[in-house]
Amino acid sequence: MNFSEVFKQSNQLCKVSPDGKYLATCVQYRLVVRDVSTLQILQLYTCLDQISHMDWSSDSLFILCAMYKRGLVQVWSLEQPDWHCKIDEGSIGLVSSRWSPDGRHILNTTEFHLRVTVWSLCTKAVSYIKYPKACQKGIDFSRDGCYMALAERRDCKDYVSVFVCDDWHLLRHFETETQDLAGLEWSPNGCVLAVWDSCLEYKVLLYSLDGRLLSAYSAYEWSLGVKSVTWSPNSQFLAIGSYDEKVRILNHITWKKITQFEHPSSINNTKAVVYKEVEKRTAVGSDDLSLHITIGTALYNTRSKYEICPSPVQIPVVKPDPDRANPKIGVSSLAFSSDSRYLATKNGGFQVQSLNWHRSGDSLMLLGKEQLCLCYMDTDQEDK
Amino acid sequence: MSKTSYCAYLTGFISPEVKDTCSSSVECRSPPLIQFSQSSVPLHRNYILSTFCTEHNVQECLSHINQEVSSLGLPPVWTESSGSSEMNVMAVLNCMYDLIQLHHRGLRTLENMEVEQLKSSSNVDHLQRTSTQLKEQLELSKRGNTGLLERERQLHLKVKSLQNCLKNEKDEVQKLQNIIASRASQYNHEMKRKEREFTKLKERLNQLLVDKKEKKQAIDVLNNIGRADGKRSLWKTQKTEAKHEGEMYKTLLSDYDTRQREMLLENAELKKVLQQIKKEMVSILSLRKPIRKDDKHPDAGIQADSEDEEQVFDSSKESVGLFSVHAREKLTNSIRLQWRRLKSHVERLDSQASLAQMGENKTDDAISRETHEEEMDRLKLEIQPCKDFIQTQQQLLQQQLSSPCDEETTSLLSNCYMLQERERFREEWKTLEKQRNLFERERRNCTEAAIRLSHERKAFEDDRAVWLKHQFLNLSPFADLRKPQMSKSKSCFLISETESSASSAPEKLIKCRSDTTSPTPRCVPLTSASTADMHRTVCLVPEKRYVVFICTNHDMPVTNAALVVCYELFMLIFYFQINQTKWKD
Repeated sequence: MNFSEVFKQSNQLCKVSPDGKYLATCVQYRLVVRDVSTLQILQLYTCLDQISHMDWSSDSLFILCAMYKRGLVQVWSLEQPDWHCKIDEGSIGLVSSRWSPDGRHILNTTEFHLRVTVWSLCTKAVSYIKYPKACQKGIDFSRDGCYMALAERRDCKDYVSVFVCDDWHLLRHFETETQDLAGLEWSPNGCVLAVWDSCLEYKVLLYSLDGRLLSAYSAYEWSLGVKSVTWSPNSQFLAIGSYDEKVRILNHITWKKITQFEHPSSINNTKAVVYKEVEKRTAVGSDDLSLHITIGTALYNTRSKYEICPSPVQIPVVKPDPDRANPKIGVSSLAFSSDSRYLATKNGGFQVQSLNWHRSGDSLMLLGKEQLCLCYMDTDQEDK
Repeated sequence: MSKTSYCAYLTGFISPEVKDTCSSSVECRSPPLIQFSQSSVPLHRNYILSTFCTEHNVQECLSHINQEVSSLGLPPVWTESSGSSEMNVMAVLNCMYDLIQLHHRGLRTLENMEVEQLKSSSNVDHLQRTSTQLKEQLELSKRGNTGLLERERQLHLKVKSLQNCLKNEKDEVQKLQNIIASRASQYNHEMKRKEREFTKLKERLNQLLVDKKEKKQAIDVLNNIGRADGKRSLWKTQKTEAKHEGEMYKTLLSDYDTRQREMLLENAELKKVLQQIKKEMVSILSLRKPIRKDDKHPDAGIQADSEDEEQVFDSSKESVGLFSVHAREKLTNSIRLQWRRLKSHVERLDSQASLAQMGENKTDDAISRETHEEEMDRLKLEIQPCKDFIQTQQQLLQQQLSSPCDEETTSLLSNCYMLQERERFREEWKTLEKQRNLFERERRNCTEAAIRLSHERKAFEDDRAVWLKHQFLNLSPFADLRKPQMSKSKSCFLISETESSASSAPEKLIKCRSDTTSPTPRCVPLTSASTADMHRTVCLVPEKRYVVFICTNHDMPVTNAALVVCYELFMLIFYFQINQTKWKD
């Protein structure tokens, strides 16, 4: 694998454009746009303050740079470098900023989640959405970009509002049966909205597009509940990862659990293959046999290889402090492969930031704090 | 009863002594003994007067009584020495008195003993009673003990179960406490977060209230950019709202439509599969039906029903298309039925197979699995090279057929395998032809030679005949009768001469034969003698073909005949020589 030279960036703001042609990085208050193939700098923009957040528009023509401290959002155009746009939230402050799916509206969430301001770049019009909920994932756009679901909280009750992204018309507004809504996610086909409660209660609710409650699922009571939720790409499965270190999968016809996967600390399954990274340090004599966690040395000095461990394999588990909130146990991230055949899960306190599947569905990329791991799977083609 | 037994014991003790001393009068003793044993009262009851002493046995009785008394330790009653037959009355009385005293003493001891016996028996009774009582008490106490043990055990069990319960409860309590703790920490965390936010709000509010200079929010765009899809934005009206609603429902409906279609397809597939399964099951079951027809009458009946049902079903299938609930139920029921039958059948087969296998393990007829497999492997190995061979053959054939080439190469190729052989044959043919020609030539030569020979012979014969004629005409006045011996000797001489000069002569003879007119003078004397014996000479047949006929004139003289004979012999030899030379050539 070839690596390019190291480019500077700040705040982990480094994104490839949706059409895959450009790479944008932020260095302090500068925005650098490069060509992906040649890595030559195409454009260089300067913002007014240190950039907190940067995002591409869906048509790869505009980039927004948000500076939360100043309450400013600046939008840059690739086609016309002279074009500029500045949105000032004023005294109300800025907590988050994002694009709308059509790439012409910017949604700013003000401080204390007082309201969501929708700025239109076409008409300079402003819309306000009151009482958005401050939660793990309060806004979600459907995959086709038609609808937006927003979690709201009024009078100690949770509501979900469905907006039409065309003109921000409020399509539906309904109350949810949650105690404290933690997140919502559209299914890939845009017809079902999954809504889950905070970790104090295990509850996953499924609403159809027009606001009817399709089903409610709760695996157990009292213990800490749902940690992460993800849909399969074909909208047939909903995977729920919880604090009890199990993944439960619901099917889209009956919305009942079809299977559950466990993450035991000792793997005895004969079908499972466990790869252990064995690092050979040039400096230190002893081997550090840890799966993902490493003590940092120079990146290029260590050479590592993966060995297959004989079963049973004991996974090193670090017991988290039970007195602390948001303990580092449970299934924190899930990712389905693109053909919905495989599910990658991360359980426990391992330092894996993200799991990403390749579009072809046969390779998985694990991004750790200091490491990158690519897993290729040798999948046999089966007859459909 | 104990008393009677005791008395019997006593009599048993006494009676042997009595019986010993009164052996002669046992019968008289027994009644008192019996009486004695039967009665439980003392001895001074009335006895039946014993007939111990009679008038006849007084002396014996006396002596006997003396003995008895002396044995008891008393002075004798009667002494022999006194001589008088009269007893000493005093002694008798004393004896009787002593006996009575003894008797009284005996009675007293008997009484004492009886009393003691009574006492002891009552003691025994008492002891027995107490012992039974104690035994009963012991039994009771044992039972009580076991009962107590049982209770103790049960209590132990209960204690254990309660301890388990307690442990479970403790665990659960612990778990709940953990849950509570985690929830509490989560709540605290949330509370703290909210509090922080609250304080921030308060600060901001303060700030805002204090700081009047509010910054307004504004957007500053260089120029408006067009919409992403290029269309003009619409005003928000009811129509648009309705349109949005409509679109939303359309999406939902299309999603449901696709799902329903998928499910229909899946359903159809599954139904097809079920039908297929059912058909196969029916076929399997119908196969076995003729075999088992005798044993399974009820089954046959049911199967007939099912077949009817299936026929009905097939016809209905066409019409209804399996879409009604009724049809579906029928299908599932029939499949369940068939499956149950198949399962029972398979179970039966299994049991049979296991039984058969158990029996077959001992028989030698059955081919064991290993040998069977070995055979299979061997056959496979054998087959493999044959297959490869066939394949190569096919490939070559294919190659041959498919390879494009021109005429001569095709012809060459078509005959290429025989080329070498053909060349060889051609050469052989050539050599054979040569030989044949040679033979032809030789044959021709031979025939020519033969013809020539015959011609020459004929000519020679003619010449000879002419010469002989001449000779005869010349030599006839002398040579007839005189010299037969001379002729013979001459002939002998001639013969020897001819023999010696045979080798040199042929050329000359040939020469003279070629000269048809007259033979040389040297030849003449040789040949003239042989003419006479011409007809007598042996026809020497040198070869099959060369038969020399000697045509004779009977009138020839003897010398001439001898000469002729010599000449003939010579001719024959000459022929031989010619032939030999010819053949040598």
